Amino acid sequence: MRAAVIVFPGSNCDRDLAVAFEQAGFSVDMVWHKDATLPEGIDIVGVPGGFSYGDYLRCGAIAAQSPICKALAAHTERGGYAVGICNGFQVLTETGILPGALLRNAGLKYICRTVGLKVETSDSAFTEGYNAGDVIGIPIAHHDGNYFADDEVLAELKDQDRIAFTYAENPNGSRDDIAGILSHNRRVLGMMPHPERAADSGHGGTDGTALFRALAGVLTPA
Amino acid sequence: MKARVHVMLKNGVLDPQGEAVRHALGAMGFDQVEGVRQGKVIDLELADGATEADVTRMCEKLLANTVIERFEIELI
Repeated sequence: MRAAVIVFPGSNCDRDLAVAFEQAGFSVDMVWHKDATLPEGIDIVGVPGGFSYGDYLRCGAIAAQSPICKALAAHTERGGYAVGICNGFQVLTETGILPGALLRNAGLKYICRTVGLKVETSDSAFTEGYNAGDVIGIPIAHHDGNYFADDEVLAELKDQDRIAFTYAENPNGSRDDIAGILSHNRRVLGMMPHPERAADSGHGGTDGTALFRALAGVLTPA
Repeated sequence: MKARVHVMLKNGVLDPQGEAVRHALGAMGFDQVEGVRQGKVIDLELADGATEADVTRMCEKLLANTVIERFEIELI
């Protein structure tokens, strides 16, 4: 079981994400943004949080044009798994791998605290370790986490059960309280909260562990 | 040749920064202000032979996120 974690200039959750994958049993390759290919035999790609390229132009916009993101897009088009967390979610929307966009928080403030996150579906490799309706405690740390999509996209996300997580109490103005969404084939997850920051008892909470364990379960070669 | 690109949030997309500026102007006594939208201006210096169609592609691929933003190109 192998995971690749992409490192952009300005990524700062890359090592935390790698540790979370390792604790769940993955071996992890760190992949530099200038690489044009992913390592052979990768089961999942992690796009970490941080401030890629200083958030210049728009959060994730420059990262989305980097060589490794072309390889990432090809990986997801082939049906490969990927998870983008925080800035990683912004990168996934900027590449068009996931629909919508992340706007400035409605209250204009950077918010850094643990929030209640409602699991909306357990029907994915990422969320099958939870029950739909569970409320878990996961930290958020973002300035631009206000999820926006037009009515048509929101209806599609709902109809296809692709909303993975919503906020129990909306902190940032996201439409329909959306905190995380899945791709059409349910193999790509983008979310603003940080499960990798709730994956060790030293973090003050371990509600994120189930996400990485569930992934390990699904991706283990039978 | 130069091009000036104006990038604005689409109508219907909440602009919290514009709203904050509107509140501040109101608090300063500028009661005339009924709405504020904040955007970006990007100036491009272009080689001879560049066309507006080139700039349009730049906008669609990078300079604007057309999910939430609209753009206008001014050749100057």
